[in-house]
Amino acid sequence: MEYFLELLLGGLTRGSIYALIALGYTMVYGIIELINFAHGEIYMIGAFTALIVASVLTMSGMTGLSVLILASVVAVLYAAAYGFTVEKIAYKPLRQAPRLSPLISAIGMSIFLQNYVLIAQTSDFLPFPNLIPDLPFMEPYAHIMGSTELVIVLTTTVVTVILTLFIKFTRIGKAMRATAQDRGMAMLAGVNVNRVISNTFIIGSALAAIGGVLIASHIGRINFYIGFLAGIKAFTAAVLGGIGSIPGAVLGGLILGWTESFATGYVSSDYEDVFAFCLLVLILIFRPAGLLGRSTIQKV
Amino acid sequence: MKQSMIRKTIRVLFGAALLTAVCSGSLFAADTIKLGIAGAHSGDLASYGLPTVKAAELVVKEINAKGGVLGRQVELLTEDDVCKPEVAANTGTKLVSKGVHAIIGHICSGATKAALGIYKDAKLIAVSPSATNPELTQSGQYPNFYRTIASDDAQARLEVDFTIGTLKAKKIAVLHDKGDYGKGLAEYAKKFAEDSKKASVVLFEGITPGAVDYSAVVQKIKRSGAEAVIYGGYHPEASSIVSQMRKRGMKTHFISDDGVKDDTFIKVAGKYAEGVYATGPKDTTKNPLAIAAIEAHKKAYGSDPGAFFLNGYAATQAILNAIEKAGSTDYAAVGKALQNEFVETPLGKIRFDKRGDAIGVGFSMYQVRKGVYVEVK
Repeated sequence: MEYFLELLLGGLTRGSIYALIALGYTMVYGIIELINFAHGEIYMIGAFTALIVASVLTMSGMTGLSVLILASVVAVLYAAAYGFTVEKIAYKPLRQAPRLSPLISAIGMSIFLQNYVLIAQTSDFLPFPNLIPDLPFMEPYAHIMGSTELVIVLTTTVVTVILTLFIKFTRIGKAMRATAQDRGMAMLAGVNVNRVISNTFIIGSALAAIGGVLIASHIGRINFYIGFLAGIKAFTAAVLGGIGSIPGAVLGGLILGWTESFATGYVSSDYEDVFAFCLLVLILIFRPAGLLGRSTIQKV
Repeated sequence: MKQSMIRKTIRVLFGAALLTAVCSGSLFAADTIKLGIAGAHSGDLASYGLPTVKAAELVVKEINAKGGVLGRQVELLTEDDVCKPEVAANTGTKLVSKGVHAIIGHICSGATKAALGIYKDAKLIAVSPSATNPELTQSGQYPNFYRTIASDDAQARLEVDFTIGTLKAKKIAVLHDKGDYGKGLAEYAKKFAEDSKKASVVLFEGITPGAVDYSAVVQKIKRSGAEAVIYGGYHPEASSIVSQMRKRGMKTHFISDDGVKDDTFIKVAGKYAEGVYATGPKDTTKNPLAIAAIEAHKKAYGSDPGAFFLNGYAATQAILNAIEKAGSTDYAAVGKALQNEFVETPLGKIRFDKRGDAIGVGFSMYQVRKGVYVEVK
């Protein structure tokens, strides 16, 4: 029973990690029906920014929570700026183009950002300090769940709740939903669609940066390629839950995390990915739009 | 009719020429000791074979200047096998017919295997500087084969011996990263541990490289009750697994390979790296003989030596030393000398075990102590 619980918590952490990145994918897809392949790279850039800021702060003698908060804030701002710029450079000029064009542009952006960091920084793995301080009350439970894991799970929960409320009740949220439903009509009704799309990218990128800081703290190392690997899994989670749906991204992430955790625990980690993707195929056969996705009627 | 006559004549003449060649070969044999150097000397893999030729030339030059072996000068006969098994069989036959007394080579494992049968039938010893395929020594098919390089499974052997012998672990978990290198090593480690009958492999699994989290597999290690983890793979995943194990308060030993014996591992895993074991190649840079051999190469050829140069150097020294100690080029006597007599080489002081692997060549166990890898004696 204890083993089951450990796997459950391990899967919860893993699922929360996927969910945190999947939120960005799903938001962008919801608004402009674009799979933003560069999202994983924004996450990676967030982690790198946090590492640089944290190193500088640590060298200047700061410790503990203040480093975490300052590094996160800078990472969020920096990544948001990147997300905003990427959209302006790579996607906005292609807004009226066939849907395949921005997709290819996104892949190009992803490759560009990876190689940019590779050249500007290094190809080696860099140690990432654990920015999340050890919580004393978690000490007795360290053998099943560490402080970092707890913080990741809590952050994902808080972020999801805030995001859902934000989209439901604020003016910007309302404009986002309107744009998602029918861009042309929203424009006619006076919604500044370009600004809505920019906002979406900024929010998505900020989330990616938060994810970057937490996950890098958890893994303890980063290099230019982490965004790609994490991105694939997060993208899978988003599709699983129904791309475009925010609760769907979280649900998809958790299901993926648990599947992998239990597959490893009770079968073999050799088949971790096999189980994860079998599940994806099964769900897509029976629910092509994903678990919580709406199947929209194609406009003829 | 006429044509066939001509053909016959040509055949006879050709045969006679061959015969004289063989005869003259055996006539010379009384005067010199002939070493065949076989390996890839042209083609894609020439860079693996040529350094051994140069190493042999350097050793032989030095020994001949001192009066040779058993009072006889040493002569080198080089034959190219372009690293291809089908060519290697011809190369072997050619060397045998030229009357060599022993062979340095071949370079590639496949080519070596193809030629070894021919040498075995001719009762000739072959010492390879670079053929690492474990089968060559472990199958027991080639009692005439020796090598001055560690076989592919040597790391796994060392890891298992160390885990069972020194750390006294009874339950071992073997993990790998599903790659050729890591999985290959892990499979050998599993086999050796099971064959030893002193420990049981309680877990054997491949992990997914680059995953965001390894907590499930770490819990599995904990549940398996393993006292030691042997990991085949590279340092990024190793550092994640070790960190998660230590964070969960597990003190399980962690033993890995030269993919982990990298300073990046210590940098990334930080305090969690302390106490981790990893195998790595033996350090030869401080060996005075190795320094001298490299200097001699620079002087003679004006460049740094290439791949397997020191192994080739050691192979030539070993076989010539064995002939000297045996007092003849007799197959059984030389084989016995190779197994019993130590010889000083750039790789250290070596002799060979019964299977033909060099003792004292290959890998050492290192442990992270205070942030650096230290050799465990």
